[in-house]
Amino acid sequence: MKVMLIDDSKTMRTIQRNILLQLGFKEIEEACDGQDALSKVSAFAPELLLVDWNMPNMDGITFVKNYRAQGGKSPVVMVTTEAEKTRVVEAIKAGVNNYIVKPFTPDSLSQRINETLSRAKAA
Amino acid sequence: MDASSIAAFVVSTNEVFRTMLSLSVTAGKPYSCCTVPKFENEVSGIIGMSGDVQGMVVLSFPTATACNVIRSFTGMDMDPSSPDFADAIGELVNMISGSAKAKFEGKTVSISCPSVVVGKGHKVQQPSDALCITIPFECAGGAFSVEVAMKVARAAAHPTQNTTAAKAA
Repeated sequence: MKVMLIDDSKTMRTIQRNILLQLGFKEIEEACDGQDALSKVSAFAPELLLVDWNMPNMDGITFVKNYRAQGGKSPVVMVTTEAEKTRVVEAIKAGVNNYIVKPFTPDSLSQRINETLSRAKAA
Repeated sequence: MDASSIAAFVVSTNEVFRTMLSLSVTAGKPYSCCTVPKFENEVSGIIGMSGDVQGMVVLSFPTATACNVIRSFTGMDMDPSSPDFADAIGELVNMISGSAKAKFEGKTVSISCPSVVVGKGHKVQQPSDALCITIPFECAGGAFSVEVAMKVARAAAHPTQNTTAAKAA
């Protein structure tokens, strides 16, 4: 399964990449902000996206809106420090399927990814 | 700045270090940023806050502590002058600030992308019109601090007064 990691922090991308590798995901593409992700998403065609909220150039919410507007249907998990309920609602309205707040444990991220993929499969 | 704001940063620092670094931290007694610091700042991650609360959060370490902390965070030894080291420090202050602001009840606060300063004896000048508190911490990697400078924006501090003014206008 192809996964796209979108986060401006290389440290966070590496941490998430290691968790994905442990879960058995092998095809992983990285992007450093929303703009970078939009330029790669058509060619890579991810089946799951993990997206940060606060990023330079284009934030995660704007990216998700653009991705959905372009017809992107793959599930999106927002991985962010934005923990307020209003932010979660805003993200869901923008087209985010699931949400996890940083800091997270490897187990909690794994659980959220599996939950998201199960829901997408059932839909 | 009230006690709950300080508590928010103590709790969030604890959460970030425990969850992402597997390190427990102990907070000391907070003191005014005007007081002479307990150690020389050599590595600082800085985040700005805007919205109902305005100010700045500075996570500061001596270099040796920063190296220990980043090793726990990333699992790697990093040169403090490398971009990856700055990135990791920035992500730590980002998580601490984001987690703390979520605990400010009834306030909408945005945080900036982090900046990182590396250099012996630097001082981060906090806004002069904000109350600034330093929270000292100890962990297995050494001592560090979280400086918080904040002021509540007028609209958030006096919502009723402002609503009335807006209606009158």
